[in-house]
Parts: sequence; C-alpha cells; structure tokens
Amino acid sequence: MTLWIRTWQLGVKSLLLHPLRSLLTVLGIFIGVASVIWLLAIGEGISKKAQEQIEGLGADNIIVRSIKPPNESTPDSRGPVPYGVTRDDYYRLTETINTVDRALPIRELRRQFRNNDRLVDGRLVGCTPEYAQVTHLEVDRGHFISDAELEQKEKACALAAEVAERLFPFENPLGQTVRVEDDYYVVVGVMKPREASAGIGGSLAAQEFSDDVYIPITTLWTRIGDFIVTRRSGSWEGEIVQLSQITLRVNSVDDVVATADLVRTILASKHRIADYAITVPLDLLEQAKTTRLMFIVFMGLIAAISLVVGGIGIMNIMLATVTERTREIGIRRALGAKRRDITRQFLAETIVLSIVGGLTGVLGGLTCGFVTDWLRMALENLFPQVMESLPDVVRTISPKVVPWSIPMAFGISVGVGLIFGLYPATRAAAMDPIEALRHE
Amino acid sequence: MNLAFRVEELKKDYLLGGETVHALRGVTIEVPEGDYVAIMGPSGSGKSTLLNLLGCLDRPTSGSYFLGGDDVAKMTDDRLSEVRANRIGFVFQSYNLIAQLTVVENIEVPLYYGSRLNSTTRARCHKLAEMVGLGDRLRHRPTQLSGGQQQRAAIARSLVNDPYFILADEPTGNLDSVTSGEILDLLSRLNREEGKTVIMVTHEEDVAERAKRIIRLKDGLLQSDVRR
Repeated sequence: MTLWIRTWQLGVKSLLLHPLRSLLTVLGIFIGVASVIWLLAIGEGISKKAQEQIEGLGADNIIVRSIKPPNESTPDSRGPVPYGVTRDDYYRLTETINTVDRALPIRELRRQFRNNDRLVDGRLVGCTPEYAQVTHLEVDRGHFISDAELEQKEKACALAAEVAERLFPFENPLGQTVRVEDDYYVVVGVMKPREASAGIGGSLAAQEFSDDVYIPITTLWTRIGDFIVTRRSGSWEGEIVQLSQITLRVNSVDDVVATADLVRTILASKHRIADYAITVPLDLLEQAKTTRLMFIVFMGLIAAISLVVGGIGIMNIMLATVTERTREIGIRRALGAKRRDITRQFLAETIVLSIVGGLTGVLGGLTCGFVTDWLRMALENLFPQVMESLPDVVRTISPKVVPWSIPMAFGISVGVGLIFGLYPATRAAAMDPIEALRHE
Repeated sequence: MNLAFRVEELKKDYLLGGETVHALRGVTIEVPEGDYVAIMGPSGSGKSTLLNLLGCLDRPTSGSYFLGGDDVAKMTDDRLSEVRANRIGFVFQSYNLIAQLTVVENIEVPLYYGSRLNSTTRARCHKLAEMVGLGDRLRHRPTQLSGGQQQRAAIARSLVNDPYFILADEPTGNLDSVTSGEILDLLSRLNREEGKTVIMVTHEEDVAERAKRIIRLKDGLLQSDVRR
C-alpha cells in the first residue's frame, strides 16, 4: 500500500520537474477526451432535433403532395397546366383503403392578407377542421375552422399567431375581417406559435407555420378555384391544381408501411407523370435513426483518432524522459530496484498524465453546451451577417452531452496512457544497470 | 573470523564486436568482515568488471561469489536486486544521488526497494545524515549541495541497509584534495569505529594508502594482494 502511494508521489514529483512538458502532454489527452464528448454531444444534438421535427409530422401519417412537373414532361406548354393530386384521388384513397383512419385534403396558395393598410404576405391554407389536430396546432383564442363552416363554405379564417400580431397589432382580431383578393374573411380563431417541422415533398426547406391563414377548403374551392395565375418574368402562367396535399392518417403505426405501398399503387395507376410525391414520416424517422448511428460512429472515429494522437504524444514524451533519465534508472537499479519497480515507476507517470488529461478533458467536454451558447451569442453580436447566412442546423445547434460518452472517454484516455506508456516503461526496465550507470 | 564475502575462480567474458574479451580470467579473493581493501589496476585490468560483479550488477561467466552463504553467481535478476537493496552499499565517483529527491529521501531509497521503509528505519536515515554531518541539510536537494556534501549523503545512503560491505568506486575522483581527505577520513572512521567493511576501487596511490590491504589486478588476474 505504502509502496503504491510512494510510487504515485514519485510520479507526480518527477512530472513536476518539467511542468511545461507535462502540461503539453496532458493537453494532448485533454483535447482528445474533450473532443470525444463534444463531437458526440453535437451529433446527438443535431440528430435529436431532426428526429423531433420528423416526429412533428406524425409517425402514423402518410403525406401525398403535389409537385409541379418539369416543363418538358407536359405535352402542351401553352395554356394552363393541370397537375397534382385531385379531388378524385382524395375520394379514391379514402374509400378504397380501409386502414386509413381519416384523410385531410389541403390546398395551399401564396396570397396577400390585408387589414386596411396593413399587409402580410403569407400562405393561405384551405383545410378541414382536423388539420389543426394532425399538424399539432393549438388554438390560442376563438376556435379553428369548424365542421359547420366547412359545410356552409363560410368565409371564416383562423390566423397564425404571427399573422394576427402583424395584421392586428392593437386590437382583438376575433370578429375582424381579413381581405384576401376581393373577399373578406371573418377571423374566428388565433393559433399559438408553432415550431417549424421537417421539410417534406422532396423539398429540403422546413415547413413554416408562422405566416399561415386557415380557411375551409370548400370555401377556397368556391371562392378561388383550382385555376391560379402567377406572373413570372413578364409572362403569365396558369396552373390548375386541385389539392396541394393529402395527409392520410393510418389506423395504427404498424400499418403505415403497407398502406403507403397501397397509396403508391393507386396513385401510380391514375397519374401518367410524376406530379406528386409521397412522404412517409415513419421512413424518415427510421432513416434519421440510421443517420444518427452513422453520425455517432463517424464522430467517434474522429475523436478516437485525436485520442490516439494524444497517446502518441504521451509515448513520445515518455521515451524522451526514459532516455533522459537513464542515469537515474541505473542508480535505482544499483540501489535495489527490480525491473518491475522501474516499469511501475514510469507507468505511474503516464497514468498520472492520462488521468489528469482525462479528468480535465471531461470537465472541458461538459462545458460544450455553455460554450456553444456563448459562441452563438458572440457571433450574433459581432458578425450578424455571417450568422444570418449560416444554415439553420448550425445556427440552432444545441449539443446534448451523451451520458455514456463521459466514462467512455475517460476510460479510453487512461487505457491509451497505459498502452502507450507500457513500451517506454518496459524499455526503461530492460536497461542494463551497468550501461545505465555509465550514461552521461 | 566471519567473511564479508569470498570469490572463487571468478571469470567473466564479454562479447565485443564478435570477439570474446576475457575481462576476468580467474580471480580468488577472501575479504573478512571489518577489512578495508583498495582495488587498483590500470584500465583494462578488469577492475571495473570485478566491481560490477562484487556489486551484484552482473553475473560471472564462471566461478562462485559467496555473499552471506549464498552463491550470487546463480541468482536471478530479481534476487540480485534484492541483494543490492539489502546487502550492498554503493558509493560512486559521481555521487549518483537522485535529483528530484531530498537528502533524506535519497538515503531512504535502498530501504524503499528492500521494502524495509518504516518509522524506525526512517529515524535511522536521519541519524545517518547527522552522522555524516548533513543534519542541517535534510530537506535539501542534491543540486543545493557541494560535491563533498553530496558524497557524504551518498555514504549515508550506502550505510542505511546495514550492508555486508561498502563498495566505493573512485569515491574521491570528482573532489578536490581537501574534500577528498574529509571523505577518506569518513570512510576510515566508519571502518575503524563502526567496523564497516570497505571495498574501494581507485587508481590513486595516496588514496589506496588509506586502506589496510591493497589488491592489484592486471590483465584480468590478481597481480598482488598486500596487507599493510
């Protein structure tokens, strides 16, 4: 027992003879351990966020979205182009597939919303009452589109929180009217703010809900119709779109994959061109899980490399130390040290180095949440443009320390110290005491 | 009279660049307890080889070396370490104190490796340091000491394990004449008053004069063994 205490004391004492050298060696291990924890935390933060966004789409949903086909595939480029999923598709899907619990027809348009001289550019969403529930929208005041309003094709609308704020900054929006083109819609409800969800329908952009105005889809069909004209670079372009999206809700998560196959078959038989896309959040979720695993392996690999580099640093310094202290080894051997005493002495030094590096590295790793917050704040203040141009994933990154990464990183660092310290230590022990004593 | 040690027909061959060098060709020496022996000889006489063998730092090619009834020639490396830790006191030309340890800690080293370090033996270390005149420098590091002081610390260290003999390799080689005299006085005093056996390797005649017996080596053989 006292033997070990003495060994550790001696190790620390010897290391303190060259404080800078020991510090630099520890730094190598520190960086290795801290980067293991950091990289895994960042990876976890990103993939967790992606997973949450996908879960926001609903794991039991199948989403069919209209896509404008490329110009070449439409035979007649003159006149309005009809494309996308149709009301017929909607009825066909709901009536033929019995695993579908309910289906939401959705029609989206870019429109301008006015309240006297206030104007907001936003998304006009024609939908059914279930829309709020399926997309996890919550009502703040009033109510969402009701069945009666849908039935009567009433000119009622519900506003997203941000739209309400901008159109009616000083008054209660309920009961007021919003002008869309030449029609006035009565505000019946205001929603709570909602986070964006993962992008779907082949587009990478996340789906925003902040500039939405919701009206009954029946109203939209009557008032606005399928035919829309958009002005594009000097010419007018007409499109005929019946539905932007159909969200199908499946009875149980187990049936999602089979139902999705069925949806594909049904739609493929009626559409000659690929003017729609099917998104299955469950697939995305599985994908995200695989991606996460790959991410962890990849990050782990990088971190492992940095730990090995740290280990090589230890080995390098210990080899130099052994050579430098050849004389001391000779003296100790002459005074009765066995080979294993010498091995133990040098091994103790490397272990002290790697434990100190490991502990400080763990502490350094734990600061990652704090440091990223601080860094983000500093960047926002110093280089707002740069921050603006960064992708969303980077801007909103929030690392989550993976609990098992701490003992793992620490264990690996001590292991690395042991492995890379063993060779110099055995080399020291293998020295011939006579030769070592003669060493100048 | 008890023997400190006895070597019989000690031979040592080295392989040097493919050629065998006969460093020792059969040396027989008996040293009784309390003796003071100076070993002399020109370079290449085998004096360093004999010293390494006596110090249990090496094993002979043939012959026997009896130390306290055991034949050292047949011991394993670990056993040799134990013998060095418990039975031999080394004094070197260049003092060979360990730089990061204090005077007391340096004196403790053989006890530490002999697993005999406890409060009793630790008190002995202090006593030995006082005996060699370093009582006021116990917490000093070797670099803070003069050459003579370092050598005295080394002598205290050589005594700490109560060895069969003190093996001094050119103990005054790095010292001026005044300090040399002090160190040699100390060794003589240890031999005379404490009855310590001293084996000293030197190439200086006046240093060898201090010993009771002078052994001369030449070409790996005993040339003369004179008791004065």
